[in-house]
Amino acid sequence: MSIKHGLLALLRTEPKYGYQLRGEFEAATNSTWPLNIGQVYTTLTRLERDGLVQASQAGKDDDGRSLYEITEAGRTELAKWFETPVTRESRPRDELAIKLALALAVPGIDVSAVLQRQRASTMESMQELTRLKRIGRDGEISWLLVLESMIFSAEAEIRWLDHCEAMLSRHRRSAKTSTASKDQHQPEDHKAGANQ
Amino acid sequence: MSMILDIRNLSRVHGTSGQKVHALRGVDLAVASGELVAVMGPSGSGKSTLLTCAGGLDRPTSGEVLVDGNDLATLNAKAVAALRRRRIGYVFQDFNLIPALTAVENVMLPLELDCTRARTARKYAEAALAEVAIPELADRFPDHMSGGQRQRVAIARAIVGDRRILLADEPTGALDSDTGEAVLQLLRDRCDQHGIAGVLVTHDARHAAWADRVVYLRDGVLVGQSGPLPEVDILLETR
Ligand SMILES: Nc1ncnc2c1ncn2[C@@H]1O[C@H](COP(=O)(O)OP(=O)(O)OP(=O)(O)O)[C@@H](O)[C@H]1O
Ligand SMILES: [Mg+2]
Repeated sequence: MSIKHGLLALLRTEPKYGYQLRGEFEAATNSTWPLNIGQVYTTLTRLERDGLVQASQAGKDDDGRSLYEITEAGRTELAKWFETPVTRESRPRDELAIKLALALAVPGIDVSAVLQRQRASTMESMQELTRLKRIGRDGEISWLLVLESMIFSAEAEIRWLDHCEAMLSRHRRSAKTSTASKDQHQPEDHKAGANQ
Repeated sequence: MSMILDIRNLSRVHGTSGQKVHALRGVDLAVASGELVAVMGPSGSGKSTLLTCAGGLDRPTSGEVLVDGNDLATLNAKAVAALRRRRIGYVFQDFNLIPALTAVENVMLPLELDCTRARTARKYAEAALAEVAIPELADRFPDHMSGGQRQRVAIARAIVGDRRILLADEPTGALDSDTGEAVLQLLRDRCDQHGIAGVLVTHDARHAAWADRVVYLRDGVLVGQSGPLPEVDILLETR
């Protein structure tokens, strides 16, 4: 999650204070990605260093906190962010893929059980997200979009797990038939083995 | 706690001695008032068989199906049929609407079969159609409706009157994702607001996620579930 671009997006219309940005960021995502104020100020400092925002001359509030505004370079960066699709490299799913690959590679692991446990657990988070969606159905559309995004990726994971299971049972069946046909030829195989 | 539907050690063997298919093997499933349970599993895993046994449309080879505490096996055919009309709503995989009847007549049917007076039956049927948000289609014939609208009529027929159990076999099969969600919202509301016990068969994880519990069938065996057990749920609510 890019905090940097999130803050730029919130600054697009008017200058804002750090604490304001934090509040609005959390409101937009309904605290799905809680930010602490330290993260906000560290990010603002970096953005300022890179010339994407500047502390506005006009506004320091009574406590001496700066008002930040977006620069032209910041606007260009923000436009680029919205235009660029998010790539799917290093996602948590990868850990799952690796876990399954290893479950298959290492003897004595019940892969179906691993798949079923994962499916049940992912479904549980999907149930929770759906419950939130139901409660919040008249709420902020931005929050509902975030929820849907999480529901869709959970769904994709479950479909992938179903697919893995189907592939696996097909694979096992064909493995069984090939050993079965080997069994039929066993006397010959045996002879061939003895000759070697 | 009150289990409206209680399935115990249910097995169903299809076919004759030559070619036996064990569609269900020792399935236990209890559904409480207000609870929605989703059944998922690959094609042929026994989902429809489970539902038809639960609804008294098919007889178990062994095990029990209790509806409001009554074992269906101890009732005669007539009593089972009456229970089905009064207590159990069933949404079929292919809707099963009667083409020669209008929407409202289709919905009235279970009530009329149960000897409710036509005027009263019509009133209830219109209320059910309103509840599934298609009151304006009351006098339309099924052939002149979209798939989603037919699906709603089928659901209205399943909820009309004082049904305690709603069994739905892929009720979102032919629908786009948005219409499917609306159907789930509807089933959910029936359970939440009317204390109906619902069982939903679906291939769609998004739709299953609306349920309180999701159970998984593989080759006729329940292999797991997601979501709290109903007992746990009750404990949380009374805290
Ligand atoms: N009347 C029948 N006679 C013989 N076998 C049957 C009969 N009905 C179902 N079966 C078999 O029982 C098994 C379970 O069928 P069932 O219809 O319950 O599966 P399902 O999970 O609903 O599948 P789908 O997702 O395709 O609807 C299958 O192997 C099926 O071929
Ligand atoms: Mg089926």
